[in-house]
Amino acid sequence: MKFDMPATTNPIDQLKVIGKATERIDGPLKTTGTAPYAYERHDVAVNQAYGYIVGAAVAKGRIESMDLTAAKAAPGVIAIVTAENAGQLDKGNLNTAKLLGGPAVDHYHQAIALVVAETFEQARSAAHLIHVDYERAKGAFDLAIAKNSSTPPKPGFGGPPDSAVGDFVGAFESAPFQFDATYTTPDQSHAMMEPHASIAAWNGDKLTVWTSNQMIAWSVGDMAKTLGIPKENVRLISPYVGGGFGGKLFLRADALLAALGARAANRPVKVALQRALMMNNTTHRPATIQRLRLGATKEGKLTAIAHESWSGDLPGGSPETAVSQTRLLYAGANRMTAMRLAVLDLPEGNAMRAPGEAPGMMALEIAMDEMAEKLGLDPIEFRILNDTQVAPDNPAKPPSSDPQSKAPEEKHYPHPPFSQRRLTECFRTGAERFGWNKRNPVPGKSREGHWLMGIGVAAAFRNNLVMKSAARVRLDNKGVVTVETDMTDIGTGSYTIIAQTAAEMMGVALHQVVVRLGDSDFPVSCGSGGQWGGNSSTSGVYAACMKLREAVAQKLGFDSTKAVFADGQVRDGGRSTPLAQAAGESGLVMEDAMEYGDLDKKYQQSTFGAHFVEVAVHASTGETRVRRMLAVCAAGRILNPKSARSQVIGAMTMGMGAALMEELTVDKRHGFFVNHDLAGYEVPVHADVPHQEVIFLDETDPISSPMKAKGVGELGICGVAAAIANAIYNATGVRVRDYPITLDKLIDRLPEVA
Amino acid sequence: MRPFTFERAKTPADAAAAAARHPDAKFIAGGTNLLDLMKLQIETPAHLIDVNGLGLEKIEATQEGGLRIGALVRNADLAAHHRVRRDYGVLSRALVAGASGQLRNMATTAGNLLQRTRCPYFYDTNQPCNKRLPGSGCGAIGGFSRPHAVIGVSDACIATHPSDMAVAMRVLDATVETINPDGSARKIPIAKLHCLPGDTPHIETVLMPGELITGVTLPKPVGGKHIYHKVRDRSSFAFALVSVAAIVQPDGTGRVALGGVAPKPWRVEEAEAELPRGAKVFTARLLAGARPTPENAFKLRLVERIVASVLAEAKGAQV
Repeated sequence: MKFDMPATTNPIDQLKVIGKATERIDGPLKTTGTAPYAYERHDVAVNQAYGYIVGAAVAKGRIESMDLTAAKAAPGVIAIVTAENAGQLDKGNLNTAKLLGGPAVDHYHQAIALVVAETFEQARSAAHLIHVDYERAKGAFDLAIAKNSSTPPKPGFGGPPDSAVGDFVGAFESAPFQFDATYTTPDQSHAMMEPHASIAAWNGDKLTVWTSNQMIAWSVGDMAKTLGIPKENVRLISPYVGGGFGGKLFLRADALLAALGARAANRPVKVALQRALMMNNTTHRPATIQRLRLGATKEGKLTAIAHESWSGDLPGGSPETAVSQTRLLYAGANRMTAMRLAVLDLPEGNAMRAPGEAPGMMALEIAMDEMAEKLGLDPIEFRILNDTQVAPDNPAKPPSSDPQSKAPEEKHYPHPPFSQRRLTECFRTGAERFGWNKRNPVPGKSREGHWLMGIGVAAAFRNNLVMKSAARVRLDNKGVVTVETDMTDIGTGSYTIIAQTAAEMMGVALHQVVVRLGDSDFPVSCGSGGQWGGNSSTSGVYAACMKLREAVAQKLGFDSTKAVFADGQVRDGGRSTPLAQAAGESGLVMEDAMEYGDLDKKYQQSTFGAHFVEVAVHASTGETRVRRMLAVCAAGRILNPKSARSQVIGAMTMGMGAALMEELTVDKRHGFFVNHDLAGYEVPVHADVPHQEVIFLDETDPISSPMKAKGVGELGICGVAAAIANAIYNATGVRVRDYPITLDKLIDRLPEVA
Repeated sequence: MRPFTFERAKTPADAAAAAARHPDAKFIAGGTNLLDLMKLQIETPAHLIDVNGLGLEKIEATQEGGLRIGALVRNADLAAHHRVRRDYGVLSRALVAGASGQLRNMATTAGNLLQRTRCPYFYDTNQPCNKRLPGSGCGAIGGFSRPHAVIGVSDACIATHPSDMAVAMRVLDATVETINPDGSARKIPIAKLHCLPGDTPHIETVLMPGELITGVTLPKPVGGKHIYHKVRDRSSFAFALVSVAAIVQPDGTGRVALGGVAPKPWRVEEAEAELPRGAKVFTARLLAGARPTPENAFKLRLVERIVASVLAEAKGAQV
């Protein structure tokens, strides 16, 4: 099914199941510990052996020698996989560095060996017996220095590296009010609860991997490419994922090494990436240096906007696209953005929840607060004054550099209208609800006992992406509808919204729907990433269900355009037949995909919101504790307010981590993230999480999909950290432009302790 | 983890004697720190002596009016004990500021005193660490040192002692009681238990091989206001950037010990005479000779601010 015209009325609009706050259908499995996660699949293959990964001890260099003698002789050891004995391996399209290093070492804790043994303890013990000698090479580990030799990156997910509209330099120089500041965001780790984990089993030349992965088809492709085997010979199964946040978008070392280990051991092998390897072995959100320049009239109209961002990655890597939102969020006739990429020999930088916007909004939305103050304007009014209903800066994709490319030239829309944009309403609704008028605009004036109190605000913005997604639906003779798609549920609630979609479409109760996810034998979905999963995967289910409805109608002799599917019945005029009857003994199976035309080019599809935060900063110690948080979101139809709320409050909590504590600390001499475990890399704990509230504006977006929904899981993190930074400023009068805002950056500028 | 042998000791004397028979032995009680370190092969004992059956989990009043805490009293039980809550509030508060509920249920009094540093270079066996591998160098000096010690450090090591409980015991003038493999017992003032790193950061206490802590004695309560102020980047489950244990009397005199700033709980009794003169003067004496790194110099100013806040709090003032 192709979606190339705005949606009109369709069965989803009945809202009998969709749009209702619905408990997760997989909730009982999760809460009773019976949802089978990858590492626990003792049932799927007999005689599993255990693998333990050895990570490189240097950041860059070569392995001179690796002595496996003692490890091989250790009790229980079955095999040891290294680059030397693994056979020829390619690199996945989506991997920047090789997943199995050696002899060249590309980054710290890059996997260089897998020890396979009868027990986990034996594998771990033997791994410590491997002696490796390295020849260390010099590397670049400091972004502030490497920035000086950075270059424009290739256009990618974030569009071209540069954009320009009007005359920024001229407008900035002549602006009566100018603002120019530089911000930094640190490297961050996904730090999800479940580590990367896989069990691999070979049956002849066929490989099955039970794993924890967000994007099944991507990773099937990269597993096949890396091993040099046909895609058809690879099956990935990932029905439950204990958190991903972008850290499990790709094939990673656990899955590849489990496959190699299983081949070497000639039996199934399970591998979980050790927690201490997670931060340096896998991907992370790269640090940024961002410069913002704003020029405005004295009335507060922005006339000049510039946003430049520098980040680093391994050779062949990609930038953190931190300027993305600045092209779209505020009006202004003269503007420029630029992204530059430096080569760093730190572990691979890549997507983490809301790549681009999450760190970009951390800088932009402090800058907007600072500019509002400079102008003497309320920060909300300043933003509303510069609201826009068309995209201010939508740079054209440069023509393909591949002369063989047969892709048709895409029509470029320089200023497409937003499909829906209710940013102002988000601010107004939130201000009313949060009590914005109680905020003292003069910083450092509100106090409760030991605590300096402050209120801050920031916009939330994240683009809405639509992705092709397929599903198969089966109707059986009991009226049960089974949905199969390789879509994943990474804690987001995919199982539930897919079941709601099928129930709505087929007119059955939610418990009459069975959802099976995360298996590469199922039709290829959009997967979970970039907050596209909820809208796109359910649209794929919609497409398959439309086909099934037609098949049912045809079989029962109904007019499919008039047939009503409700209460397990199909009705047309006076006739009514049980749905199950249409299935017959053999059932009915239909498969389809939703594909998208150019509505996402003609219109700018984005999601909007406003974050309100109240903080308390300890007057003596500078410790910041968040007291209250509110997010108002305008993100199309909310398919399940309950799981969507969970997504948003989780994202708000993650944004709090980014504001106050999360930082992978770089050892710039040795080139690694030092705090590489959950004791050293602090994320918010329960005691940090205050009262959180989420309001979803009642909205449908027919430009987006037949579901009229958009993404929301990443919107919730975008802007939170800046709202906290702005609240800290309001509380203390201290402006911190380097995240995270830890007490050491505050105490020298706090009032003397009496 | 290296393979190891295991035995359960029945009496304190047996345990100490068993340790003397196995030079590579370690005592294990709660195991909340030792097991982690064994998995990472930072600790590689060849033999474990389980001391959980030694009957050392009692808390008893002493004839002097103090309290004797058995070595195996769990942190959670110690924090909740009515005498501790009534007479030694600083200790109860320090305990509940540490770790998590689950860990406090397992961790013991003696184990808490003997826990190892959480320096990330100590924990990463690829990195140099004079404490883990004497002579290999210190990764933290010149590296990531924000959480590290600012005083009592050496060119060989700037790691902190991570305990909260020990800081409170230091301000309470606790005494550590031990038994030796030859059956002899001794009493060690807590001030003398932990060593400064000097050239031998791998030697962390004055305990002799095989010497087993059997209990900790608190002297008679001294009254005053008991405050434990722990400062960290998140609200719970984090080691102290700086902590202050204080007992302040109505006349403004008192005692102060610090956590998070030194290789041992940091207290300078002579400096306490300056307490009535205010935080600035007192802190200058308390931290005289400090050698911070650029990353952790903020701790010096932070200590002064917390002490000022604590003194004001003791007076009952709004700060």
